[in-house]
Amino acid sequence: MSALLAEVPYWGQSLLRVLGGIVAVLLPAGTIVYIFLFKMMSFMQSRLGPMEAGPYGSMQLFAEVGKWLQKEDIVPERADARIFKMAPVIVLLSTFLLVAVVPFGPDAWFTDFETGIFYALAVSSISVLGILIAGWSSANKYSLLGGLRAAGQLIAYELPMVLAVVGVVIQAETMNLQKIVVAQNSGSMFGIDTFGHPYVISQFIGFVIFMIAIQAELTQAPFDMPIAESELVSGYMTEYSGFRFLIFFIGEFATAGVFAMIASVLFLGGWGVPFSWFGWTSIDSIDNWMNVVGPLIMFTKMMLLVFIIMWIRFSYPRLREDQLQRFAWKGLIPVALLNIAVTSILKVVF
Amino acid sequence: MSSFLRSYLTVVWFGLAAVAIAGLLLWVASIVRPNRPNREKMLTYESGVDPVGHGWSQSQVRYYIFALLFVVFDVEAVFIFPWATQLERYGMFGLVEMGVFVFILLLGLIYAWRKGVLRWV
Repeated sequence: MSALLAEVPYWGQSLLRVLGGIVAVLLPAGTIVYIFLFKMMSFMQSRLGPMEAGPYGSMQLFAEVGKWLQKEDIVPERADARIFKMAPVIVLLSTFLLVAVVPFGPDAWFTDFETGIFYALAVSSISVLGILIAGWSSANKYSLLGGLRAAGQLIAYELPMVLAVVGVVIQAETMNLQKIVVAQNSGSMFGIDTFGHPYVISQFIGFVIFMIAIQAELTQAPFDMPIAESELVSGYMTEYSGFRFLIFFIGEFATAGVFAMIASVLFLGGWGVPFSWFGWTSIDSIDNWMNVVGPLIMFTKMMLLVFIIMWIRFSYPRLREDQLQRFAWKGLIPVALLNIAVTSILKVVF
Repeated sequence: MSSFLRSYLTVVWFGLAAVAIAGLLLWVASIVRPNRPNREKMLTYESGVDPVGHGWSQSQVRYYIFALLFVVFDVEAVFIFPWATQLERYGMFGLVEMGVFVFILLLGLIYAWRKGVLRWV
């Protein structure tokens, strides 16, 4: 149990954690949408993007939420209304369950599972259910196709993601995300401990596979076959309007943020700085100010990774459905298995 | 209560928070938004053309083989993870054991590949 919260009663701790979780979901989502989707995309397309609401359009998000609140909530006549209304909530639920496992500092964590990364991979697939039932319950041919494509894509790219994580687990010898962070920051490369041992260097292939897989899991551009606007009119989201659509939208970008956080925990050293900088030896000797600085470091690393995701999204054309499946099954999975084999052999031999 | 169970209780709170936030926002929206349904509006949207037939039309499920392969490899991953945490202790014995295990599964993937079922046709 964290030392800082030891005097607070359990309900107080839970309340603080839930509030922290809400911030950890909504703040990255809002920042990502404004900085990358509104501004960076506009600059890449030689336009200014939103400029009216607030300085440089920075209040645009609040204007958008106000707009979406006033939109009529249309449930098509033929749709299976109860399930139709439930689907966006399930997508958001998956995001919240996912953020629960991310550590933000030596004491700033929500849950401390021994099998943390395993739990994260498990709950991240709940969003497939939401997408599948959204596609099915809309009673729309486009939605159904989009939902089925999404399910096919998400299960295909889940495997390389899982297999890429195994390399990290072999190196860190633990599935606990907090311990993975500590292992990276207290480690050393070739006897030099100035930079710690971020796994992005020794697990570079795993990192690339993981980033490609989360790009596909988030259905971002080269892998956006399920929501292909030009042929499926947004796929499983076709029939959604008003605030339910916005919940899907928030869920998509919040999940992008949380996946980027998990990627930075696994490969970039998470909230930590190399322990040798301040002479720390273990997690207990870390100074308390890391609980404040840690989340900021985490946020910076997350923005860096989301920048890469968005950059690829705005730059590459869409893959065809059969190319997309071929890439996962014949490209990423064999490479990921090879990566595990090489990592484990090196681990045992040295 | 053990800290293990408390962690899972936190997960439950997070799940409830997600549902509560979505519910709260939808409730606020239900006060603000208009509600004027008409027949045309409630029609299924199929790019402006009146929908033909039923929405739950039969479509060819092309990826049941993929789904089967997914289950196989996902179960494989369940076995690999605990092994990966203890690799140092198992040493060469563990390495060879897992090599045999993964190799057999890899043979399955190669067989499926050669059979041509990994094509989305």
